[in-house]
Amino acid sequence: MSTRLHPKGWLAVMFLTAALVSSLFAGVPGGKKEVSGTPVLQSSSAGDMRVEGERRFHANCGRCHAAPQKFPPRMMATVLRHMRVRATITDEDRRLILIYITQ
Amino acid sequence: MSVCFLTALPTHAQTPQDKPVPILSGSIGTFSFVTAGQNAINTQVNPVLLVPLGDRWLIESRAEFEGEFQRPPGGGPYGGPVDKHVDYAQVDYIANPYLTVTVGRFLTPFGIFNERLYPVWIRSLQPDPLILPIRTASSDGGMFRGGFAVNPRANVNYALYVSATSIGIGSVDSERHVGGRMGFFLPGPRLEAGASWQRTLQDARRNAFGFHMGWQPAKVPLNLRSEFARSFEGSGYWIEGAYRLSQVAFWQKPMRRTEVVARAQQFFVGAIGPDAEADYDLPGVNTREADFGVNYFLRDGMKGIFSYGRQFSPAGNFNQWSFGLAYRFLLPLGRVGTPSGAQ
Repeated sequence: MSTRLHPKGWLAVMFLTAALVSSLFAGVPGGKKEVSGTPVLQSSSAGDMRVEGERRFHANCGRCHAAPQKFPPRMMATVLRHMRVRATITDEDRRLILIYITQ
Repeated sequence: MSVCFLTALPTHAQTPQDKPVPILSGSIGTFSFVTAGQNAINTQVNPVLLVPLGDRWLIESRAEFEGEFQRPPGGGPYGGPVDKHVDYAQVDYIANPYLTVTVGRFLTPFGIFNERLYPVWIRSLQPDPLILPIRTASSDGGMFRGGFAVNPRANVNYALYVSATSIGIGSVDSERHVGGRMGFFLPGPRLEAGASWQRTLQDARRNAFGFHMGWQPAKVPLNLRSEFARSFEGSGYWIEGAYRLSQVAFWQKPMRRTEVVARAQQFFVGAIGPDAEADYDLPGVNTREADFGVNYFLRDGMKGIFSYGRQFSPAGNFNQWSFGLAYRFLLPLGRVGTPSGAQ
């Protein structure tokens, strides 16, 4: 009798593990509360956030490619969602870069 | 599991001004490769479709249309096959700031080149690294991934996946595998490092390992990257440095658009034999290669490329030249605003 785990079994194990880990982090209340990185940014001014966004723009985007020009906000929102998945940039990086690149 | 997603933190809600719009993006490239004196024209179009849905969903896909044209022996017009395939077609669900669930066909996160550096407008040198075919065929299945800050000075990113089938490389049939990748990024020194693992779930259960690093020092326009891979099919590494000449004191306008690149790499054959190596598009013998290139950025997303490389192996040494043009396009598929700070 084979004891090998079927791929669907692996998927179930992975999904359950990720769900449990995710649940541990997800217990923090607050819909738009800052959850990743430096919480001090919550009280920062728009100017500070833009400066921080520029720093993170160069640090993150430059890991793979030359910094692109600015595009309209709705396009950048899509691009950054894509980068969130593709380049696994953090949610906070995504939001700050979006602020910088659209303002 | 349901509890997880019910209690998961919602991501930042979108306002009408920054509500994401579907996008058609991608790259176009045309290159001339002269390998061991034989010329080939490579023309490719790689459209990328991005369709965001609500605040949490993203449907994304990339296709590849690549023509490899050569003159027939004895002369005549250029001709050759056009390869068409879907690199990825996936649905992403951003569950919370720590977890994104992906289902469908996706780029296998083994190392970083395949996922992040492959597009012609991104890569610094057009010839592929020798180890690129190792465990990077697209996967069909599910994946968990994410990136988050563990403290203000360090981010961690991860990917865990299972694939029931694979599009395979060459004549290699489908396979089942599981794998993962974990990396750390230090935003201060802009240093990134990580490791990948993959295990096939076929009759022969074989592991493959990979390591990657990247460094972009803030004070110098240098981009240093490297990958190492070890597998049953073979092992090897590449290390690449790309330096933008923006700090050169003379001819500043053209210099800041110019990038010089150098890459060294080595491949060691595995235990599968030369024919099987060829099926994987890997060299059949131990191989070393050095490449040098110049990229000139004509405008955002468009660059001219030139490179020279020499490959050394028991099968024979030869030169490899390349030159061409790479372009990235980005088109909205809906109404958009205007960037207030557009350059």
